[in-house]
Amino acid sequence: MNFTTSELTQQVARSARDFAQQYIKPHLMEWDESQEFPLHIFKEMGKLGLMGVLVPEQYGGTGLGYFEYSVVIQEIAKVCGSIGLSLAAHNSLCTGHILTFGNEEQKQKYLPKLATAEFIGAWGLTEPNTGSDAGNMKTTAVKDGDNWIINGTKSWITHGRSGDVAVVICRTGEPRAKNNCTAFIVDRGTPGFSGGKKENKLGMRASETAEMIFDNCIIPDSNRLGEIGDGFKQSMKVLDGGRISIAALSLGIAKGAYEASVQYSKERHQFDQPISNFQGIAFKLADMATKIECAELLINQSCDLKMKGLPMTKQAAMAKYYASEISVEVSTDAVQIFGGYGYTKDFPVEKFYRDSKLCTIGEGTSEIQKLVISREVLK
Amino acid sequence: MKILVCISKTPDTTAKIAFSDNNTKFAEAGVQWIINPYDEWYALVRAIELKEADPSTVLHLVNVGGADSEPIIRKALALGGDEAIRVNSDNADSFNIASQIAAIAKDGAYDLIFTGKETIDYNGSSIGGMVAELLDLPYISHAVKFDLEGGKAVVVREIEGGEETDKAALPLVVSCQKGMAEQRIPNMKGIMGARTKPLKVTEPVAAETLTAVASFDLPPAKAGVKLVPADNPEELVRLLHEEARVI
Repeated sequence: MNFTTSELTQQVARSARDFAQQYIKPHLMEWDESQEFPLHIFKEMGKLGLMGVLVPEQYGGTGLGYFEYSVVIQEIAKVCGSIGLSLAAHNSLCTGHILTFGNEEQKQKYLPKLATAEFIGAWGLTEPNTGSDAGNMKTTAVKDGDNWIINGTKSWITHGRSGDVAVVICRTGEPRAKNNCTAFIVDRGTPGFSGGKKENKLGMRASETAEMIFDNCIIPDSNRLGEIGDGFKQSMKVLDGGRISIAALSLGIAKGAYEASVQYSKERHQFDQPISNFQGIAFKLADMATKIECAELLINQSCDLKMKGLPMTKQAAMAKYYASEISVEVSTDAVQIFGGYGYTKDFPVEKFYRDSKLCTIGEGTSEIQKLVISREVLK
Repeated sequence: MKILVCISKTPDTTAKIAFSDNNTKFAEAGVQWIINPYDEWYALVRAIELKEADPSTVLHLVNVGGADSEPIIRKALALGGDEAIRVNSDNADSFNIASQIAAIAKDGAYDLIFTGKETIDYNGSSIGGMVAELLDLPYISHAVKFDLEGGKAVVVREIEGGEETDKAALPLVVSCQKGMAEQRIPNMKGIMGARTKPLKVTEPVAAETLTAVASFDLPPAKAGVKLVPADNPEELVRLLHEEARVI
């Protein structure tokens, strides 16, 4: 493993950073307050090549690797977690699922549009009553000649309303039976498919989270992703890669909170000196920096394994678990360093604090990560 | 149409400025390098726009610098140049640098040579004029707008209190400033493509070095803020007159 960041990765990071500073930073509080999902920002990111980072060039993507993907999400999340989350969900989940398990025709049809943000992607596994317990899902797909009829509700779906295309995991077998789920592609506008309630959230407020409702929604068998019964297996694989992206999202938020804290602690004077001179603050910064470094090493390890095509389920779960937990810790400390100012919306850290909490919950809670890790450890 | 854009490496605007070797050298440790913004945002982007308008245009970049300039050269290529030439020289004297650029420009027979109006580190503003003189070409400085009309250049310059429009035949050297174009961010395809674009390295030609830095000094540390009570304008006037000496 090489510990130096390649020039290519640095150039990619620089573009993402410049984009975040120019296009996102001036408006992020406005979007946060109004919960507006800024679609135009994603179209701009599509032009820049950030919406299909891992998609090969033959399908209209950028064809970069996981190290570059990780820094793109970090740089965006350093400025705004919401945009980082939507970027991660679009790239890893919907696009990632079609890229990994779609047939040639499906890839040709959807990937060029997803990679350029002509289409925004959604991905639906979770349901109101089945979060981590996905094997017991209620959304069903029933074969009807050459078609499938989908019924049910998916919840907590990033881009559930605004997504132009969704990958949906439906139960095609008996509840809790082995291999009882299958993945399908559903286009927006298909009769019987609609967006439901949009969640009003603590953080990540500019990232749209909504229900997707299927009411006798009929789709052709050609929209099926892979084999019947492979939906759960596919999802676990998609989530393995997705963990790197949520870990990178967590790390970006932590870095944003940390950098703001370093700057503030040098500028804020009490007792005629910068508060960074006091050990109470300096030691906090030391802890924050160390945690960030650890999370970064875990993420880079997962990227390295993924790029080499080696198993990384355990390492990606560790990276997601650790990075998300320290994201909350670091942004909590950041609010403390800012004191009263940190509690106000005039300073950036309260938003990092709110946004960070999603990271220990979304795409597998910390508890689920520990389950994954312990299963690997006890193999 | 062949265009040559001169790009220089400068410290990032947030870099901490310090000096070494008895205040004769800029301390480069830990400094983030960027393309000089006047070269990038205005000269290079306007040249790219000209190439977009006429795809037969050939756009070359030239940099006089060490191997550590290559990341910023590749960033420039990611934005849109066809190929780059790096003259392998660390010489910081403007005349020497201009001589290197002139040698490249002479070989390439360019119709247009763009530079930034100055670099944001040394603020020399001298390369464009020197290159023009060495090549015996006309020179228009501080351009805020550049267009081609019937094979001639129409250049708008900012002057005190207004604007001046110049016309000149090609070949021509132009130094560019704010207004020429809008900053662009290199997209991922550009970054990937830049890795395979030619980046030629040539050794410097023999040229005189006319100046050397004797010493650098940092500006004096800012004095603390004095707060004058709102009901005491006499004291404010006294401080402005006697201490700040601005009135």
